[in-house]
This record gives sequence, structure tokens and C-alpha cells, in this order.
Amino acid sequence: MASLVPPPKLYTDDVSLIVIILDTNPFFWGTLSNTSALTFSFSKFLNHMIPFVNSLLLLNQLNHVVLIASGVASCGYIYDSATAVASDGGQKVPAVCSEILSRLEEFVAKDQRLGKGDLRTVAGSMSSLFSGALSLALCYIQRVFRSGMQHPQPRILCLQGSPDGPEQYVAVMNAIFSAQRSMVPIDSCVLGMQHSAFLQQASYITGGVYLKPQQLDGLFEYFTAVFATDLQSRTFLELPRPVGVDFRASCFCHKKTIDMGYVCSVCLSIFCKHHKKCSTCGSDFSHGHSELDRKRKHSEV
Amino acid sequence: MAANGDEKRSRREDAGGEEEEEEEEENGGMIMEAWERAYADERSWESLQEDESGLLRPLDTASILHAHYRRRLLRRASAPASSRIQKGLIRYLYLVIDLSRAASETDYRPSRMVLVSKGVETFVREFFDQNPLSHIGLVIIKDGVAHRLTDLGGTPDSQIKVLMGKRECSGEASLQNALELVRDYLGQVPSYGHREVLILYSSLNTCDPGDIMETIEKCKKDKIRCSVVGLSAEIYICKYLCEETGGSYTVALDESHFKELLLEHAPPPAAIAEYAAANLIKMGFPQRGADGVIAICSCHKEAKVGGGYTCPRCKARICELPTECRLCGLTLVSSPHLARSYHHLFPVTPFNEVTSMLLNKSNRKTSQTCFGCQQSLGNHGSTSLHVSCPKCNQLFCLDCDMYIHESLHNCPGCESQRESRSYDAKA
Repeated sequence: MASLVPPPKLYTDDVSLIVIILDTNPFFWGTLSNTSALTFSFSKFLNHMIPFVNSLLLLNQLNHVVLIASGVASCGYIYDSATAVASDGGQKVPAVCSEILSRLEEFVAKDQRLGKGDLRTVAGSMSSLFSGALSLALCYIQRVFRSGMQHPQPRILCLQGSPDGPEQYVAVMNAIFSAQRSMVPIDSCVLGMQHSAFLQQASYITGGVYLKPQQLDGLFEYFTAVFATDLQSRTFLELPRPVGVDFRASCFCHKKTIDMGYVCSVCLSIFCKHHKKCSTCGSDFSHGHSELDRKRKHSEV
Repeated sequence: MAANGDEKRSRREDAGGEEEEEEEEENGGMIMEAWERAYADERSWESLQEDESGLLRPLDTASILHAHYRRRLLRRASAPASSRIQKGLIRYLYLVIDLSRAASETDYRPSRMVLVSKGVETFVREFFDQNPLSHIGLVIIKDGVAHRLTDLGGTPDSQIKVLMGKRECSGEASLQNALELVRDYLGQVPSYGHREVLILYSSLNTCDPGDIMETIEKCKKDKIRCSVVGLSAEIYICKYLCEETGGSYTVALDESHFKELLLEHAPPPAAIAEYAAANLIKMGFPQRGADGVIAICSCHKEAKVGGGYTCPRCKARICELPTECRLCGLTLVSSPHLARSYHHLFPVTPFNEVTSMLLNKSNRKTSQTCFGCQQSLGNHGSTSLHVSCPKCNQLFCLDCDMYIHESLHNCPGCESQRESRSYDAKA
């Protein structure tokens, strides 16, 4: 693989590294194209996405685009504009298109093969491995940070459709905090029916843009109008406002959203009622009493 | 100058202990020229190392850094043998800073005091990043007395600002006065909290009004975990204090070592079961206020438009989370604050080191790039060392290894697999 930066390039503040996370979940795309109201298939989506990748590369000759697919059973790199230049010399549009398509086809086939075993599980609510793809994107961005004092401004764009996988919560939050620490905004474009709580939080915490397009047929316009703008230009533009994010927690016992609850001091599990014993870590709460600290407060005041 | 560096280096190797005396002699006896002093002060010979054939080479900082990191990681992983580690996630920590005369010494550059205050700044930020539900307070010792700078609180900026305004050192240090003061304040902390004291000690002595052994005994009884980072030599009383109370005592060698030792106290320590009673803490998860609503916040007593949070119990307006409600005392957090601490409970398993020899044998030419960042592992700098995750067997480069364990807290390989997910136990 060619090294990332051959002799020092002049990176101005509008040069971007855009890591696009692509949801290739066949269950999601299957249901989306089958619904009568919306006829939007994966190939139609690619018709919007690939021109968008090209236009990003056109915006600035130093712009750098990386595509990562998040499938049902695996995640993988699909396209990297830095290495693509090295292999065929010129950046021809058909070459970009065919490379993305062929690698994507490979990936989807492999993903299907890998996932064979446990796809018997509830297919309707099958989530894609968003946490893995996000982790890969962040690792790649760290490599760009390491490449030298000057580097393109990185950001992540998530094109997500499938529902959130609750089992990924901790991993996704870890990745979001890491992105926040390295000041990488996570933009998200939700293609599915419902809002994604993961992506809302990701964009809110990292200062990215969250958008759920009304008209999927106009996806390319949404892409170019909102997600193509570099971080420098965003300060001058009126982009979609951050939506109010619900930061209330849901309890571990009934999965209800609560605004007041009990938290285990050992493992931070959340419960809606006072329990005798923590169901997660097994701590015994019988000798302590939660009212104790309230009394302390009173005596202090 | 290279020859000079060479000479000093070899002298350092064979003389060992003598070396320091010689240096002193050099500094004291002869008057150095300004240009000589520049070299002596920067200790330029320390950035060189000898290779197998006896030639001098610049220090390979990357590999040393990684070796340091590996040691840290393995130590952290080996300490608790059981799979379920209990960590003291809710900490009440008093940071005691020694600002006695000894802190004005300039053996650390520019001086011990400046180094300590800079270190405290990074430490406080890192501490709140890693322990969002914890509280920190500052205490200084000077002129033989201990003085509390800040109350236990949750905002890093105000703490740092207060310290920066108080940077003067004079008089003697008193360990006993500091411990008595802190013990007094930590008595009010709720029973589920982990009481900790971290002392940054520059002095070589302690001037106490009474018997310090009694104070140490009382700290032990009150379950206060005392740790000391020393800036001079090891002192018996500090060692005894840490041993008795279950803390750690470390002495810094140089500036970077001091930072490293200090930051080791940022991640939550393994909890000592009887030190803090497990308890259910009542917490509120406030919702963000709607845009355009005017309300007076209870923290600054100012009218604010939009934003802010509302306490679910008493409906008071609060500007920032996490905090405690000023009116009803309810702990107010948001779910991301809790999530920020989860990685301490589910750490990423340390990766195994793999040499490239092994790789070639098993004919895995196809996966010769780092799974995380796609960097090729073949000609990565001078080192041909990689790591692999014991669970998913993916290969990673050393940089990704560090990033994954220090910041990301996810293994990208394991997260990219459907089976054997490490968080199953959680749900």
C-alpha cells in the first residue's frame, strides 16, 4: 500500500478526509424495496452515493474518501481514494465506480457466507455491525493523524438504515467518546423508517449533523447540500439544527425510559425500583440505605 | 559535541553511581561556558542509544513508548485475576499538593511547582474524562499548615483556575495536617463513594504537630485510600502510609515519568470490597429544556434562554450535567455519563505480540495489513512487531494497539463479528 502522504502536500483547512460508513444490511434493503410506499432499492441508493463520492473528490483534489461497509456478519474497507490513485494513475469516474461496485459485491457475498450460521435469528430486527465499522473508521482516522503535522480534516458520515442493535450500545458509546476526544464529528443520514438513537447521540456528542431525509429519491441533493460541506465552511452555513436528544436512560429490569431511578454504585446498572441485590454484578444492598445521602444533604444545608 | 555525548554516555554506563557526583563536580567546580551549559542542561546524551555494534543512534522513541505502554497494560490486566473486576467508579478524591520550600527546587524543569501544577491540570481533566461521576478537591500544604483550595466538585476548569492563582511556595510541609484536614472533609462523603487522597510530595521531611502514626491509623479506620507520588527520594513515612491504607507509592525519575505516574491514578482503581458499601444511588436523568424557554438557573442565579436541564424531582433548572441538584440534592446525570464509565468494567483484552517470522510461517500473506487502519505491517518503521487479538485473531499495528486500549476501548475485529460478542453478559 502506498504511503499516505508522498512529499508534503499543502493541506488547507478545507481539505477533508471523509470516511463513509455504508449500511449493507440485506434485511434492511430488502424490506425497504418491498414496502409499497417507498420503492427504494440498494442499487438506486448506489446511484446517489457513487456520484456523491465523485463530487467529494472533485471539490478538492486533495480530498480523501474512504468507504467502509457494515454488514450483518462482518465489516470491511471497500474503497480508499488514496490507494486507488496509485493503482491506475488517473482518477477516472468509471474506474471509481467499478472499483466500488466490484469490492462491494465481493463484500456482500462474503458477508452473506459468514452470516449463514446465525441468520435464522429474527431477521426483521437484524441490525448491522455499526460499532465495528465505526471502530475501523476511527482507527483509520488515527492513522491520518499520525501521518504528519498537516493532514486533511477528518469526519465520518454514517449512511445507516437498519435498526440499532442494543447489544452494541457500550461499543458504540465507547467509539463516540473516542471520536469526541479526537474532535472527529460524526454526521449521520438515516435512511430507515425510524430515527436511530445511536446516531442521534453520536452526532449530538461529536457536533456532527443528524438528518433523516423525507424524500429518499432526492438523496443526492441532501448529500451535496448538507454532507459535502467541509468543517471550515460549516461555520458560515445554516445546516440542519441538532435535534433535541433524549438523554434519559432506560432501566435494565423493564427497559422502560425513566427520568429518576436507582444506579448500582459498583457497576452503574440502572434500575427503576429499589432492589435488594444487583442483578448485573450481584452486589448486596441490604446493609446500606439510599435515603442516607439525602439526610446528609439536609444536615449540610 | 557528539564526541562529548559519547564520552558522557560511556561514563554513565560504567560508572553508574559515580556519574552523578562527577556531574556535580563539573557544575560546581568548573565554570561552564554558556554553550556548554546548553548541552548539559538539555542532557542531549540521553537521547542517544548504543546499538549492537557500539554505534550511537538516536533513541527509537516509538518503540520505547510502545514498550512502556505494554508494560502498563499488562500490569493493569494482571492485577485482578478474576474476570469480574470491581472498580471504584464513584470516587471522592482530594488532591494534596505540597507547596513547601522544597517545591521551588529546579531539579525538575522549570521547577517542581510548575511541573506539579501543569501535571495537576492534565490530571484533573483526564480524571473527569474517565470518572464522570466522581468529585475532586484540592488541598495545598505550605508553611506547615494544610489549606483547602477547593471543595469537592465536578467541574475541572474552576479547580484548575484556583490552583493557578495560588502558585507560591514557602515554609515546611506537614503530612499530618494535610491528612487530618482531608480526613475531616471526607467524613461527609456518602458511604458508597470511594474515599481517596493523592499526595504530590516534594519535601523530604514532614513537620507535624503530633504523632503521625495515629493519623495514619485513623485514615486506615476511615477507609481512606492514600497514594503518594514523590518528587524527591523515597520516604519511609509515605511508604508506610500507602501500605497501610491500600494506596500506591511511586517516586518520579524525571518530568515525563512524573506525568506518567500521576496519570496512572486517573483510571479507577480496583475496589477494595469493604472500603465502600455497595448501594443503590438515587439518580435523576433530566431532559433538555425546550428552546426559547426563559428560566432562572439554580447554579448561576441568572436568567437563561433555552438549553439547560430540569431536575425531575424539584423542577429546578440546571445548566450542566453531571451535577447535584442545588435544591433537592438529587444526583443528576445523563445516560452518556454512565456509558463513559462502562469501559472500565469491560476492558479490551490485551493483544498478543506476534513477530513477522511467525506470520510468514503460517502463510497469512493476505492479512498482512493492520485490520484497524489498513497500514501494511511488512515495512512499518524499524520494528517488525505486530499484535493480534486473542479473541478474533485479527492483526493490528502497534499504533492501533495503543489507540484501541487507551482511547477506543473496542476491538474493531471483535466488533466486526457476529458471534462471541463480549457484551452478551451485559444485556
